[in-house]
Amino acid sequence: MTVTGVLGILVFAAVLIAIAKPVGLYLYAVYDQRRTFLDPVMRPVERGIYRLAGVREEKEMSWLEYFLAILAFNLVGFIVLYGFLRIQGALPLNPAHFKDVGPHLSFNTAVSFMTNTNWQAYGGESTMSYLSQTMLMVQQFLSPISGLAMILAFIRGLTRRNAHSLGNFWVDLTRTVLWVSLPVSFVGAMVLVALGSPQNWGPYVTAHTLQGARQSIAQGPVGMMNAIMQFGDNGGGFFNMNAGHPYEAPTIASLMVQLILGFSIPVGLTYYFGKVVKDTRQGWTILGAMMAMFLAGALVMYHAEALGNPLLAHLGIHGANMEGKEVRFGPALSSLFETSTTAVSWGSTAAANDSLMPIGGLITLFNMMSGEVIIGAWGVGLLGMLAFAILAVFLAGLMVGRTPEYLGKKIQAYEVKMATLAMIVPTFVILGLSAWAVTSKGGLAGIYNPGPHGLSEVLYAFSSGVGNNGSAFGGLDAAAPFYTWTVGLAMLFGRFAMYIPALAIAGSLVQKQSVPESAGTFPTHGTLFGGLLIATVVIVGALVFFPALALGPLAEHFALWSGHVFGGGA
Amino acid sequence: MVRNLGTSIRLLVIFMVLIAGVYSLLVTGLAQLLFPAQANGSLIYRHGQVIGARMIGQSFTGARWFDSRPSAASYNAAASVASNYGPTNPALIKEVKTNLAAFLKENPGVKASQVPPSMVESSDSGLDPNITPAAAYLQAPRVARVNHMSLAAVRHIVAEHERGRFLGLYGSPHVNVLAMNLSLLAWLNRHHA
Repeated sequence: MTVTGVLGILVFAAVLIAIAKPVGLYLYAVYDQRRTFLDPVMRPVERGIYRLAGVREEKEMSWLEYFLAILAFNLVGFIVLYGFLRIQGALPLNPAHFKDVGPHLSFNTAVSFMTNTNWQAYGGESTMSYLSQTMLMVQQFLSPISGLAMILAFIRGLTRRNAHSLGNFWVDLTRTVLWVSLPVSFVGAMVLVALGSPQNWGPYVTAHTLQGARQSIAQGPVGMMNAIMQFGDNGGGFFNMNAGHPYEAPTIASLMVQLILGFSIPVGLTYYFGKVVKDTRQGWTILGAMMAMFLAGALVMYHAEALGNPLLAHLGIHGANMEGKEVRFGPALSSLFETSTTAVSWGSTAAANDSLMPIGGLITLFNMMSGEVIIGAWGVGLLGMLAFAILAVFLAGLMVGRTPEYLGKKIQAYEVKMATLAMIVPTFVILGLSAWAVTSKGGLAGIYNPGPHGLSEVLYAFSSGVGNNGSAFGGLDAAAPFYTWTVGLAMLFGRFAMYIPALAIAGSLVQKQSVPESAGTFPTHGTLFGGLLIATVVIVGALVFFPALALGPLAEHFALWSGHVFGGGA
Repeated sequence: MVRNLGTSIRLLVIFMVLIAGVYSLLVTGLAQLLFPAQANGSLIYRHGQVIGARMIGQSFTGARWFDSRPSAASYNAAASVASNYGPTNPALIKEVKTNLAAFLKENPGVKASQVPPSMVESSDSGLDPNITPAAAYLQAPRVARVNHMSLAAVRHIVAEHERGRFLGLYGSPHVNVLAMNLSLLAWLNRHHA
């Protein structure tokens, strides 16, 4: 570890905290105050869209109606994307002449992009036509908004009193596309192209290298997809190796821009939350708890990666672990990016996670297994954290023997049951599918690395699927039918098993009266509550998964430092 | 639900027009207008022929060139891939052993402990265009000898291409291998032609 490396990570965290307020205020202007500098351009477009689509702007929805609208929109998006992939060979904008994508892979990919996971069981530059990439990008614009809409509805549930409705999904969707996704992606895409990402529709180029060999160089509209891939916390890269590919992040500056893009909405939402509940300390406390866990993860991973691989020291190789890393990024920035990709749940990678040191891999697994609440993707991260907050006030209430309250609403059996459900289902799916994989032929056949690392690959795949993350321990054969279908199911469960209880809580809270704050109210801001929140996340996250993690990355860590390798051949 | 599906279909079509149509065309048009070199892949031409892309690494094996890093993709820029070897996989140890032996053989006088890990471990993209400055300076004596250049001239080329951290804080110092080798070629054409 170097001072520069640590300082870089700390300065980055400070930048994130600095952007939370301006982003949050902009979101507040878009969704609540409804007046922004973009109105003269976007308002007429918005009205036109409602007229064409037959949307009644002022009509509010109950929690069930809101959920059904999201479900319908996701379903249609899935079918259309699946269709485009299946007939890609007959469609235009396919200069590399790629064939139709098969049914297993099309199902997996369409689910993946509809659920904001962007798990990629294919290599972009060797599978997808430019038209297919563009259709994947359409879902990269739309799928994060389902998550964002969930948190908007949830916060309305917390703040409205004696009401029945949570807003209008079509309006939340349309305003996000017009005021947030399109303008930011446009600027982001131009910056990324300026920094070196291609943006063309031409055929792959054949270069005659200095040594006289032929090198085929994939091209494509990379910049436009890159921007929303990061900004929407999607993570589905144009190329197989994603943000590590020198066309996706040619320079260090380009990767920094992508980091900021990926963090901006999730950190901004914490401030937005505080603003809407009329107590910004609530938002800062949540962000503080998130940042504390994020920083701890980044520094631990950086430490492990900088220490390097002791097995190579025998050969005389000393220094950071650079297997699966790019020289321009080095160990510190690679660790920052890989911690971010699993914490914010965007899932694009700038280093090969499968080749991280065991402790580095442990951090990525922990970030996903804790429910993607350490910042998390658009809306769903904060939503998961608020579910943890409800559990935390419930636990605090048990300790002092009072009915717990959160932001003036009584937390009762129904809310606690739903919050618990939102935690149990993902855990059950991750562990259940992992157990199936390591006891079945199909599952075992897909494992690449021998020993405990193989279990880590499997745990990673299902954690990534359920957490709607999308990154992978890339050695796993994700394209094998066993994994296309099981990870596909994991992604669906992760998304909708979260939506239903969360919206049910919102639907229940919105009908409740507000209880005035008294001397006996447990304050849900400040370091005490922040600490309690972290403890709830760590205890629920770590305890449930500890046995599995002990058999995977922890076992590998101790084996490594006592000089063991696994499997024959060395 | 039927009503929802109808609204969903209409909205999806509208957004496809806005995103796949308007946004794509606008970004492409402006990118081609403002940053044509980058937008078209930052290709490098020599005698009217494409010889590579500025940020895409290529394989250099001959003794006269600066070597690139080991690549799991064999520098195929139409199929990027990493080795995905875990830290306790014997294949990783074997890979590093082989790469190290080759590097030491090619650069006599260099000790194993001087070799940066990145020079014997494969990159993420399989297309890493860079090596560390240390890895370049280790190769300088061999490059100078084979090309009949002075060591100072070779070291000058490396120094010219050294790039530091972003804002002094982020990433690692690096040198672009293709750019160095092009400078090398230019120097040879100037002096030995």
